[in-house]
Amino acid sequence: MSATGIGASVRRQEDQRFITGKGRYTADIERPKQAFACFVRSPHAHARIKGIDTRAAAALPGVLAVLTGAELAADKIGNLVCGWMIHSKDGSPMKMAPHPALARDKACHVGDPVAVVVAETLAQAKDAAEKVRCDFKVLAAVVDPARAQAKEAPQIHDVAPSNTIYRWQLGDAKAVDAAFKSATHVTRLDIINNRLVPNAIEPRAAIGEYDSGTDSFTLWNTSQNPHVARLVISAFVGLAPENKLRVIAPDVGGGFGSKIFIYPEEVVTLWASKRVGRPVKWVADRSEAFLCDAHGRDHVTVAEMAFGDGGKILALRARTIANLGAYMSTFSSSVPTYLYATLLSGQYEIPAIYCEVDAVYTNTLPVDAYRGAGRPEAAFVVERLVEVGARELGMDPAELRGRNFIKSFPHQTPVIMNYDAGDYLAVLDKALQVADAKGFEARKRQSAERGKLRGLGFSTYIEACGLAPSQAVGSLGCGVGLWESAEVRVNPTGSVEVLTGCHAHGQGHETTFAQVVADRLGIPIDKVSVVHGDTEKVQFGMGTYGSRSGAVGISALVKALDKVESKAKKVAAQMLEAAEADIQLKDGKFTIAGTDKSLDWGEVTLNAYVAHKFSGQELEPGLKEGAFYDPVNFTFPAGCHICEVEVDPQTGESEVVAWTAVDDFGTVINPMIVEGQVHGGIAQGIGQALFEHAVYDREGQLVTGSMMDYCLPRADNLPSFKVAMTVTPSPSNPLGIKGCGEAGAIAAPAAVINALTDAIGTEALTMPATPQSVWAALQTVSPSVAA
Amino acid sequence: MVAVAMTVNGKPVTGDIDPRTLLVQFLREELRLTGTHVGCDTSQCGACVVHVNGKAVKSCTIFSWQVDGADVTTIEGLASPSGPLHPMQEAFREHHGLQCGYCTPGMIMTAVDMVNRKGHELDEQTIRHELEGNLCRCTGYHNIVKAIAAGARAMGQGAGAGQHAAE
Repeated sequence: MSATGIGASVRRQEDQRFITGKGRYTADIERPKQAFACFVRSPHAHARIKGIDTRAAAALPGVLAVLTGAELAADKIGNLVCGWMIHSKDGSPMKMAPHPALARDKACHVGDPVAVVVAETLAQAKDAAEKVRCDFKVLAAVVDPARAQAKEAPQIHDVAPSNTIYRWQLGDAKAVDAAFKSATHVTRLDIINNRLVPNAIEPRAAIGEYDSGTDSFTLWNTSQNPHVARLVISAFVGLAPENKLRVIAPDVGGGFGSKIFIYPEEVVTLWASKRVGRPVKWVADRSEAFLCDAHGRDHVTVAEMAFGDGGKILALRARTIANLGAYMSTFSSSVPTYLYATLLSGQYEIPAIYCEVDAVYTNTLPVDAYRGAGRPEAAFVVERLVEVGARELGMDPAELRGRNFIKSFPHQTPVIMNYDAGDYLAVLDKALQVADAKGFEARKRQSAERGKLRGLGFSTYIEACGLAPSQAVGSLGCGVGLWESAEVRVNPTGSVEVLTGCHAHGQGHETTFAQVVADRLGIPIDKVSVVHGDTEKVQFGMGTYGSRSGAVGISALVKALDKVESKAKKVAAQMLEAAEADIQLKDGKFTIAGTDKSLDWGEVTLNAYVAHKFSGQELEPGLKEGAFYDPVNFTFPAGCHICEVEVDPQTGESEVVAWTAVDDFGTVINPMIVEGQVHGGIAQGIGQALFEHAVYDREGQLVTGSMMDYCLPRADNLPSFKVAMTVTPSPSNPLGIKGCGEAGAIAAPAAVINALTDAIGTEALTMPATPQSVWAALQTVSPSVAA
Repeated sequence: MVAVAMTVNGKPVTGDIDPRTLLVQFLREELRLTGTHVGCDTSQCGACVVHVNGKAVKSCTIFSWQVDGADVTTIEGLASPSGPLHPMQEAFREHHGLQCGYCTPGMIMTAVDMVNRKGHELDEQTIRHELEGNLCRCTGYHNIVKAIAAGARAMGQGAGAGQHAAE
């Protein structure tokens, strides 16, 4: 392994600008003559819009325009759409309600934009927005997914009776019923997967700019996938054809899924820029972000696991109601279906699985993918069932897991997925060792001496990453292909630019992609630049989410490098007057096997461009190759996380005192970066388990609408993490990469709750397990302890 | 409008500004020093931390006129432009204490202030407690804690020669 090649913890190339304040985020960009947008948002969760009076606002100094849904409709600006078609079990298509960028007839959640003010300064725009008078007739609201389908619930969209978007199913209900009949034990759990607000630290922002000279638009935005944004805004919103719309996502300050989606503010800033003839800039306040960024999770589930002799898992059954909020966000439909139920086999050999999912509208923010997206919900169901099952059966939770692990690969689950590689026992064994599980009882006694309850919880999670084989997801309703592209441009002097359709917003692609190139071509890593996030530079790409950049994006890069190497060898063969098949490229040198003749990388690249040593008719000059890589399968990262908690029975306060993560991500390009991804994922998972909760009151007001009310994990809420890895390379892509970005967030919630319930001795605990809810749970089992 | 004058990163600056202009707005919009970030509107996240007369201040929570006459240092002025990085900047890179980079300027400015107040030998508990005003959503804080401990030690070994005089 070289110091900068695959497997080396190379320090990040991108860090120089971030640690010196030279990062360039959307809010940092200033366009000549830019104006500022401020949105007028509905203060009501559900309200008929009887009229909007913009006159007082429009008369204020500096105001350039006050625009509403009426103008949007007059200009024939199309609706936002959800790009994944799900069919109900009766064969009917999902009920997608219209989602205009500015609500025209009805506001459907608090924060639904109803008008926009564009002014010379942000202060003027904000002042004027306060003067827009919107006449609302307030309607009854429904916010709880479990109540959305009730007869008495208010109807939100005409197209969706009973607020039901789809009633979907996966698996074999009859086989599951039969398995449950033969079970010796059934474990049943009611599970609420709490609603979360992603809260990337950079709030979303957008700058729309129209150029009348070329009749074209540019959008700077905080996007994880600028090409998808361009596609949707062109093909569905209809603002401009793709060749007349450039989308640039510069440095982006975290995404975690919430910046995948195409949002109203992006459409409106573009549209308004043409209306006012000036660039229009919008930057969300944090309080605004709580009201306009898609939320995550929000499932209500009843789950059952059937066990046979010896703790053998016979079947799993789950019924879930998924809250998709007021409108169907870009990929919302796929999250509680194909990203959720397909993972309900976990790491286990389960002969029969059946899952029903009802997706419902409520008067809340749209809910879409958030770090893990469906897979954390699935892992929580499976890992809670297994842990509770073990406790009910009086078995060791690690042993029960080990007995039921899938042990040979490939393995076809009853829920679509075909696991390609893994060694779950090896991961579990290593985790038990790293966590010193044997020493737990002694630590528990020590905690007890200090008046604390100590618990240990496992999560042996699996995820499907490397999203995704295009044909496969197409057959399941996805409206796009999920391949990735890469282009390798070699310059005459031998330096290289990699253009990728992936987008980095913290993942370190400028380093890892460069490592792969340096490793392959044998050139210094600082001779490699990585370009991403601009539709005018990168031809097309699907962006970054679903832990796909390594498994899919780097695979595309490898494919392009294959072509570059092949072409460079042709040039070298001409220069060395040798057969192409005899040329080898190693450590930046071209050699002829069995001779001492060699050429440096730079000599060959220069000759590829000057084209003096070969016929330009027989061999094309230049050295630039591109590739589209479509994965053959998902990848299946898996691991074992072990959490230890201490609970103070007097107060219900809990502390995560130890964390072990052993993960199998296949081949790792940069261990330092991968470990960092694991840390961040665990922190978000612990956040879900202990702190974070988007709470609506019955009227649909978001009670946790600021960082003062929504509890994000802070440094003193978290431990340091013990992180280790095992490696079974994925056979499904050239380097054997599986993906790592979401693992921690998928694994952690179940590990925390399993540890807490172990500590307090009752399973009746929902997320977030706040001190109050832990204390209340303790009252039900040992009031004397908790008094 | 109100006239303000202050020293920012060693250079005298003046402005004629709306009295409601926050320090972070003055820095970002008037001086175009965009390294100082805004991550919230309730003083929770710390992405906007700068130093005013050598002490960490959340620049989103103070009006520009309140720091009239003060000496302000932002992330751009922590190391001299031509010299080496500040040891705390170097430590964040070395220990992978950043991912998306958005909270990073505030984290580094908070960390330097922490060292100024607490010294060069900072244990994990102290660092975690002192970070109560700074949010990071990417790193889980693990590597930030390591970076600050290492940066604090490096500052004690005289590696901070390049830093701005006000520090």
